[in-house]
Amino acid sequence: MASTSLDRKPRALHALDVVSALLMAATLYMVFFYAPTERVMGQVQRLFYFHVSSAWVAMAVLIVAAVLGIVYLIRPQHKLDVWAVACIELGLVYAFICVTTGSIWARPAWNTWWTWDPRVVTFTILILVYLAYMLLRQGIEDPQRRARFGAIYAILASVTVPLTYFSIRIWRTLHPVVIGSGDPSAQGTFDMTRPMLHTLLFSLLAFSVFGATLLWHRVRLGWLADKVEQLRMQALGR
Amino acid sequence: MPSYFAAIWAIVRKDIAAEWRSRQMLTAMLAFVVLVIFIFAFTLDIDALTRRQIASGILWTTFAFAGTLGLNRTLATEGERGSLDGLLLAPLERSAIYFGKTLANLFFMLVVEIFTLPLYALFYGMNLAHPGLWLVLLLGSWCFCAVGTLLAAMAAQARSRELLLPVLLFPLVLPVLVAAVRASSALVNGLGWAYAWPSLNILIVYGIIMPALGFMFFDFIVEE
Repeated sequence: MASTSLDRKPRALHALDVVSALLMAATLYMVFFYAPTERVMGQVQRLFYFHVSSAWVAMAVLIVAAVLGIVYLIRPQHKLDVWAVACIELGLVYAFICVTTGSIWARPAWNTWWTWDPRVVTFTILILVYLAYMLLRQGIEDPQRRARFGAIYAILASVTVPLTYFSIRIWRTLHPVVIGSGDPSAQGTFDMTRPMLHTLLFSLLAFSVFGATLLWHRVRLGWLADKVEQLRMQALGR
Repeated sequence: MPSYFAAIWAIVRKDIAAEWRSRQMLTAMLAFVVLVIFIFAFTLDIDALTRRQIASGILWTTFAFAGTLGLNRTLATEGERGSLDGLLLAPLERSAIYFGKTLANLFFMLVVEIFTLPLYALFYGMNLAHPGLWLVLLLGSWCFCAVGTLLAAMAAQARSRELLLPVLLFPLVLPVLVAAVRASSALVNGLGWAYAWPSLNILIVYGIIMPALGFMFFDFIVEE
């Protein structure tokens, strides 16, 4: 089989690798040297920038996966399935980062590694839901049915994303409200200084770009895996 | 439109009639529920105050486990008897099958709940005759069955289906269970509606979104 454009890594991806490395380095600099140390929580507050950014990327890619699921059901195309799986895997990785950083932060701030706080619980439910998605895919042999059921489950699962986002507004909770903290019903709030806000916004940008880079790599991996599968079928057919 | 409802009703009647003849599933569900009540009572070894606090949690865990037993049978039996093809060939909207199955499941679950509540009240010494609690039971069970029937239809077509359903179902209905437990607990412990409303809202939203998704997607699940 002749080598196709798939085999070579695109130049744009090379560029994106470099850009995201630079952005992540700059984020580290900003988090550790530009942002001030928070008065009450101290150094551990710096985790906040990674925590919020990873939560944002996780939720964004999971919503994208649900949208891809809808498009797939309307017009089934294999590449949509590859993208959706990539989004969900990436979302899971970022969600794990978010829970881990949250737990490390909670130890000094709330004096416990784990608490049954609504936001923490709903976010963990979200992770379990998407782990179940992976199990569902493993259980189905037929690729078309696997893609179809995956699409449906991704849409059903996406219901947990807004639930997680709004959980701190629905139930009274310990978890600080970051966006729209002027809301009087929110209990745990804190005020960000300007450098803190700059750092947060920059880290959101850097995590998004890095996430997009990883997503592209993962999609390429999916394509290459398909190709390996095709080649294997050809070899077995011979 | 009347024929659509007639189709749903026919499927509900068919499922109840089939279950009435064998009584396999309901017997298993009821026996299971009684067992769970006893196991919790013995293993937890709790005083009266704690019992009040955790009662709703135990109730809903019991119902969720019993409900899963029922859900596993809904489409599996159709597959075993080869009657699913017949059902799909019948000249009716596929979503009517989904709603029929969901309502039949809801019926079985409510039967189990009606049977369980007096037992529970008796053994745990609690007054569960609270209309608010019944409303929460109805809403929560509806949400549970609406998601469960959809997922049971998917799981029935996968490898190791009986094992897959709880894994798919529980994370997705956890918000329902959490909300239902909070609402029931608030009402049973006399905290009033103000404490129950946020959780009830979640149940209502879930109970509208999930059947709507089921209505849209059931076609894709049973399609060959």
